[in-house]
Amino acid sequence: MRALLRGLVTLAVLIAGWQALVWATGLPRYLLPGPLAVADAMQRQAPLLWSHGLTTLTEILIGLVAGVALGGVSALLLARFRAARRWLMPLLLVSQAIPVFALAPLLVLWLGYGMASKIAMAVLVIYFPVTTALFDGLRRTDPGWLDLARTMGASPAAILWNIRLPAALPAFWSGVRVAAAVAPIGAVIGEWVGSSSGLGYLMLHANARMQIDLLFAAVLVLGLFAVTLYAAVDAVARRALPWQPDTQPAEDANP
Amino acid sequence: MLAAMTAPMPATPPLSVTVSRARLTYGGTLLFSDLTLDLPAGRTTCLLGPSGVGKTTLLRILAGLAEPEPPTCVTTGDGQPLAGRIAYMAQQDLLLPWLTILDNVLLGDRLRHRRPDSGRVERARALLDRVGLAGRERDRPAALSGGQRQRVALARTLMEDKPLVLMDEPFSALDAITRLRLQETAAETLAGRTVLMVTHDPLEALRIGDHLHVMTGRPAVMGPALEPSGPVPRRVDDPGLLALQAELLRRLAE
Repeated sequence: MRALLRGLVTLAVLIAGWQALVWATGLPRYLLPGPLAVADAMQRQAPLLWSHGLTTLTEILIGLVAGVALGGVSALLLARFRAARRWLMPLLLVSQAIPVFALAPLLVLWLGYGMASKIAMAVLVIYFPVTTALFDGLRRTDPGWLDLARTMGASPAAILWNIRLPAALPAFWSGVRVAAAVAPIGAVIGEWVGSSSGLGYLMLHANARMQIDLLFAAVLVLGLFAVTLYAAVDAVARRALPWQPDTQPAEDANP
Repeated sequence: MLAAMTAPMPATPPLSVTVSRARLTYGGTLLFSDLTLDLPAGRTTCLLGPSGVGKTTLLRILAGLAEPEPPTCVTTGDGQPLAGRIAYMAQQDLLLPWLTILDNVLLGDRLRHRRPDSGRVERARALLDRVGLAGRERDRPAALSGGQRQRVALARTLMEDKPLVLMDEPFSALDAITRLRLQETAAETLAGRTVLMVTHDPLEALRIGDHLHVMTGRPAVMGPALEPSGPVPRRVDDPGLLALQAELLRRLAE
């Protein structure tokens, strides 16, 4: 409750600073709209923001689920099969060396102006952090556990499933947290390159027509999505790892 | 619960195991060669020696965790290979933090794709009761103290019910009093099994071992078996034990 209050105070100070900047500089509305103007735009254009926001949110969520699933399966294959490590590892590294921005026009060309190209973009930015996080976790199993499992006559598949995967879950969830933070970036880049709906499209559109208050409103909605998504993933991660002690200093969590 | 109070008898007859002509080189240095270690059936053999003498490697060879160097030869009393017939207990408890205590004891079944039936679960509960952890079945390992966690590891080792039990310094990470208590539980529950225990602690070996070997030197030689008298677990303040401890310490220092 106190944390929420603190957050609200910080927010209020930031907004006040923003308003003060607008007053002090006297910048015109089409360069820097004040918070009141943005709030007004948000309220007036609520249906528009809602419909475009829904498009972007759908892209983000589908991209997140697909990217995490794809990354998870890839990491498991890499950990389980030597051939997969030898053949897939270079591909994984190259996939990260090419900036997603460079691929965006190509994806739009291939997959069209609809949601598919944006989902593909989100999957591309999510895939690498999830795969590397889980694969790293799978490689760092306590050797003592592996010894014990071997003396118990466990097959490599049984060891992977019962010991290495559960032991790697904390690392996996770190990857998913990063994925949740970057997924909106992927979707919005896709929308900038070519689309007919979504918050990215709305931003470009508003910018071109000097509706800077609407642009700000769209950015705020996107930020709201990102924060909510991260908080939700964080909550799920905590619930999924009840054995994992949180070693953050106690006074950090509960002052 | 009389059945739970007595030693959980092995389902299989005890097995004698012999390692002969054992040879080990590490980084170009010869640690030992032509070494022989006898593990008599149904007895507890303790292996003592300074660090780096190769006693843990010897245990790992028996556990199938290290490749034996030729011409090392492992033979069993019934002529069958040893693979799949050992239970292993290490210095760390190696409990899986995401599993409950009961599931940790039943880990072997899970890893062998065998769904534990009610009989197995009942046996796991009885073993937990035997090591003094009745009622903690649903807890996670994090809720237990170091000594309690090692008790769960002991129950898990007994659950495997294998003819040969291999213990690598199982109690060395515990404080003195906890260690003494656990030695008693271990001696009582392991009675009648073939056990090899590697340890640094002469008193521990004297309390629960039937045959004590000291491995010293480079290349190392296996000392003759020291056989303390009396039933295990022996009392800490037994004067005979203390005399033997002095003898063991002398051999270790050689």
